[in-house]
Amino acid sequence: MKIVVLIKEVPDTYGERKLNIETGLADRGASEAVLDEIGERSVEVALSHADAHPGTEVVVLSMAPEGSAATIRKGLAMGAGSAVHVVDPGLVGADTGLTAEVLAAALRRVGFDLVIGGNVSTDGSGGVLPAMIAELLDVPSATSLNAVEITEDRVSGERASDAATMRVSATLPAVISVTERLPEGRFPNFKGIMAAKKKPFETVTLADLGIDPEAPEASRSIVIGVSEKPPREAGVKIVDEGDAGEQLAEFLAQNRLV
Amino acid sequence: MTDFAEDSVLVLVDVMPSGGLAKSAAGLLGAAASIGTPVALVVTEPGKSAGAAEQAAALGAARVLIADSADASVLTVPAVDALAAAAELVRPDAVLLSNSIEGRDAAGRFAARTRSGLAVDVVGVSRDDEGVVAHHSVYGGAYNVDSAVTFGAPVITVRQGAIDARAEAVAEPSVEQLSVTASGRQAATIESIDEAVVTSSRPELRGAGKVVSGGRGLGSKEQFELVERLADALGAAVGASRAAVDAGYVPQAHQVGQTGVSVSPQLYVALGISGAIQHRAGMQTAKAIVAINKDADAPIFDVADFGVVGDVFTVVPQLIAAIESKQK
Repeated sequence: MKIVVLIKEVPDTYGERKLNIETGLADRGASEAVLDEIGERSVEVALSHADAHPGTEVVVLSMAPEGSAATIRKGLAMGAGSAVHVVDPGLVGADTGLTAEVLAAALRRVGFDLVIGGNVSTDGSGGVLPAMIAELLDVPSATSLNAVEITEDRVSGERASDAATMRVSATLPAVISVTERLPEGRFPNFKGIMAAKKKPFETVTLADLGIDPEAPEASRSIVIGVSEKPPREAGVKIVDEGDAGEQLAEFLAQNRLV
Repeated sequence: MTDFAEDSVLVLVDVMPSGGLAKSAAGLLGAAASIGTPVALVVTEPGKSAGAAEQAAALGAARVLIADSADASVLTVPAVDALAAAAELVRPDAVLLSNSIEGRDAAGRFAARTRSGLAVDVVGVSRDDEGVVAHHSVYGGAYNVDSAVTFGAPVITVRQGAIDARAEAVAEPSVEQLSVTASGRQAATIESIDEAVVTSSRPELRGAGKVVSGGRGLGSKEQFELVERLADALGAAVGASRAAVDAGYVPQAHQVGQTGVSVSPQLYVALGISGAIQHRAGMQTAKAIVAINKDADAPIFDVADFGVVGDVFTVVPQLIAAIESKQK
C-alpha cells in the first residue's frame, strides 16, 4: 500500500506571526518555521500502519517555498520513505483552489492508495483542501477522523461532525483528514535524521505537473486589503487584598456583563 | 422557476441529523441579507425538510430550495450535487456556507468542481463596485484581511458566531423543490450516526456570548469545578487552555486557542491561564477580557481589561457571591 501524507510548513504558533502589510503574504522571516503539528500526527498515522504492515510505502508531499526543504525532511527523519516537494515561483500567494489543483496533480504523478492530511492547519485554518483534492481526483473523502483503521482496500473511522459523531468508511483509493485526537508524531531519533539524508527527495515544478497558475478558466481568491489590528492594551491590574472578587463583580456590573 | 433576484445569495444551511437547522443558519442568512436576497438551500434525506424550510424563512430566506432526496448514508457529495444544481438555477452573486465541518467539506468540493474562488473562515461580507468582498480575521485576530475573487460568484464559509446581523423573517416564503442530478462522484459511506446529546444546560462554547475558561492553575479535575460554578453564575460557556485539556481536567472540545475553538464573546474570563500566544490567538478578539492569575507577570494580563493578581480559589468564590447578590 502506498500512503501519501500531506504536510505543511507553518509559522510557529507559539511565536509571533506576521503578515506583510504590502503584499498580504505571510512574513516568513518573522517567526520560526515548523512542520505543522497536525501534519506530524498525519505522518504518525501512516507510520504506525507501516510499522504493523511491512510493504507499506509512506511518502510525504508538500507544496512550499524553496527554503522549506529542511522542514519537509523532518517527515523523512520521522520515518517516511520518500518526499515530494512542489516548489515554483508561480505559487507565491496561491489560493486554496490552485493549491488543491497542484496537490491533486502531484498525487496523480506520485500514485496513492490513501492520502492523509490534517483537518485544519494552524496558520490558515482553512480546512478545505482534503475535500477539494478528493473532488479533483474523484475519490471518496472522509474528513475530521478521530480514529483511523486502514485495511487492504478500505479506510474507516470515527468522524467528528458538527452535531454528531459518525462512523464512516471509504473504499481505497481515498483521501482522509485527521484531528488532534490522533496520537502525536514520533520524535525523530539520530538514526532517523541520518537516514533521512539518503532518502529520495524529489523537487517538482508546475511545468512538471502541467499546471498553469494563471489558467483563465479558474476563478481565484485574492487578497485586496490587509491591515494590522492595533494590539490590545492592558487595562486595570489589581493585586488581591481581600476584596478583588468584589471589585471584579463591580467592573462586570458597570460594563453590563452581569 | 428562473425568476431569481439579480442579487441572489445562495446559502447552504446546515441541517442537524434530527432535521432542524443548525444554529449557524441565522448568521448565514443575516450575512446573505446584508449583501443581497437570501435563497436558502435545504438538503435533507426524504421527509425531513418541512421544519427546516419554515425555519429558514423565519431567519430571512425569501426563497427556499428543497433537495430532500439525499441519500443519508453518503457523505458530502449529495449536498455538493444539490448545491451545483441550485447554483445553476439561481446564478447567485455569492454562495455562503457555514465554516463547520460539513460546510467546509461541501464548500471545498463545490469550489473545486466549479473552479470557483473560495474564501474560508470569513467573519463578515460586504459589497463594493466589483462584487462581494469577504472579511477575514487572521492569525488569531492580529490582522484584518479582505479578499475577493477574480471573477464569478465567490464561495464563502462563514465563521460560526461571527455575524451578529439577523435578517427579517419572511412570512410567505416561496418554497420550491430542486431537481438534482447525481454527479456519481466517489464518496465515503456513513455507517452510523450518534447525534451529540446536549448533556449540559450551559451554552455551547462556539458562538457563546460569555466564556469562562480555566487553565493549569486550577490544579486538578476536581478543582476545575470552580470554573463551571463561575460559568453558571454568569450564564457562560466553559472553556479551557490546552494545558488544562492536556492535564485531563476537561475534554478537548472545551479547548480555546489556535488549535481549539476560536471565540469572540462579549466577556472572556481566564482563570489560572498564563496566556500563551497559542491561547490568546483563540480569544483576544473578545470584547472584554478578565484574568485572574497568581503570577503577576503572566502574559494574559497584557490583553486583560481587568486583571487580578491573586489566588483563583479565594477570588472566584468571592466573585460568585458578589454576582449572586447583584442578581437578587
